Amino acid sequence: MPIPSGELVARLKKGDLRAASRLMSRAEAHDEATLASMGEIYKSAGRAHIVGLTGVPGSGKSTLVSKLVETIRNDGRRVGVIAIDPSSPFSGGSILGDRIRMTNLVMDEGVYIRSMATRGSTGGLARSALTAVDILDVAGFDIVIIETVGVGQDEVEIAQASHSTIVVSAPGLGDDVQAIKAGILEIADIHVVSKCDRPDSNRTITDLKTMLAMGINIAIKDQEGRPLWQVPVVGTSSERGEGIDTLIQTIDRHRDVHRSTQLGVERMRRIAEYRTFKTAEDLLRSRFFDSTNNRLNATVDRIAKRELDPFTASTELLSKVAF
Amino acid sequence: MQSVYSLLCVKKHDGRILMSSPIRVLLAKVGLDGHDRGVKVVARTLRDAGMDVIYTGLHRTPDEVVNAAIQEDVDVLGISLLSGAHMTICPKIMALLEEKDASDTIVVVGGVVPDEDVNALKEMGVKELLLQDTPPNKIVETLQRLVDERGPR
Repeated sequence: MPIPSGELVARLKKGDLRAASRLMSRAEAHDEATLASMGEIYKSAGRAHIVGLTGVPGSGKSTLVSKLVETIRNDGRRVGVIAIDPSSPFSGGSILGDRIRMTNLVMDEGVYIRSMATRGSTGGLARSALTAVDILDVAGFDIVIIETVGVGQDEVEIAQASHSTIVVSAPGLGDDVQAIKAGILEIADIHVVSKCDRPDSNRTITDLKTMLAMGINIAIKDQEGRPLWQVPVVGTSSERGEGIDTLIQTIDRHRDVHRSTQLGVERMRRIAEYRTFKTAEDLLRSRFFDSTNNRLNATVDRIAKRELDPFTASTELLSKVAF
Repeated sequence: MQSVYSLLCVKKHDGRILMSSPIRVLLAKVGLDGHDRGVKVVARTLRDAGMDVIYTGLHRTPDEVVNAAIQEDVDVLGISLLSGAHMTICPKIMALLEEKDASDTIVVVGGVVPDEDVNALKEMGVKELLLQDTPPNKIVETLQRLVDERGPR
């Protein structure tokens, strides 16, 4: 017989990691029966600092996470990692391969790594990533790092899910025009240029710094009109272990600003808003499928033949959803 | 191609449509065995059957594999062995799962195992052996059956 979720939550609060991993599976299953337990976990969470790490595929995110965690562990802080990879649009299955780059961390009891698949979520996060973060938070992890899927230009959800967002760029992937485009580069609290052992990395650092200097300053300012946070560019080389200490100091500095100023207050509200919308969207979606499934295929066939339009059909289908 | 969401929607026994949980599988290479072409083909097969597959990479220790299986809360732990070390490695893994209160993990072994060791491995608690010449769909069916037999957890 499955252990009741309530019992798992009680064990989680005592730091039981077996309970943590089972609860994450239940969160991913999205059964409405477990929502009350997830709610209880949410209310008990709020202590951990959440770091989001995003960047294009192959930019070195997983390797950087591995180095970061290893170095953070030196001062004793416990670190949780949520590593996200995409689900197949054909089978719904996935290959979750981020762990391979983090094998040096597996035997450390102060580190917990969980791989998650996107399961139809398109913003770079997994559908239940933030519940998993809450679970690690309650289990007593000081820092939780969310590593997004390899992103393109527009998957910016991580900025509404983390306290400090790091955007990783690799050298040689674009010019200064790429750097001023809207989207992913705008959301960084900290820019990282990875693979700085490569000769062309200085160019990428310069492009990013120029982009940041060019921007009209929309940052939140203190009473003297100085921005509370100026986005830095940190160069790292995971291979040589360079820049990792600087990056951790920068994250800690951002955490302090986040915790002590208006910056954090506004950020926390944005995260709360995002979670409310997302949770409502998930509930709506599952109830929509639940109450329309029998007729959905026939309706879609008619829309494909243009006998019916998606606007009328959706309005009609939504009116049948049981709330 | 359809939305992943609709792929993951399944009808439950009581008629409700819910999001399904893909079967989670950890595929592990343990010890000095350096061949992972086969395990990658299996990973791909399971992915295409709609499962979430986590691969450990080469040269892991039994401790590392069991820790990963627990953190990932996998339904199935698949150990790929071509090195002949199965009678050393499998008992260690089974003992660690027991010790860490994770014996509800379904363990299957794939690769090359002589016939005379098959029963010994099963007595240890290995649920199934999927050896050479096992067709891909047999692997998929076996894992689905084992997870069904275990029931919800």
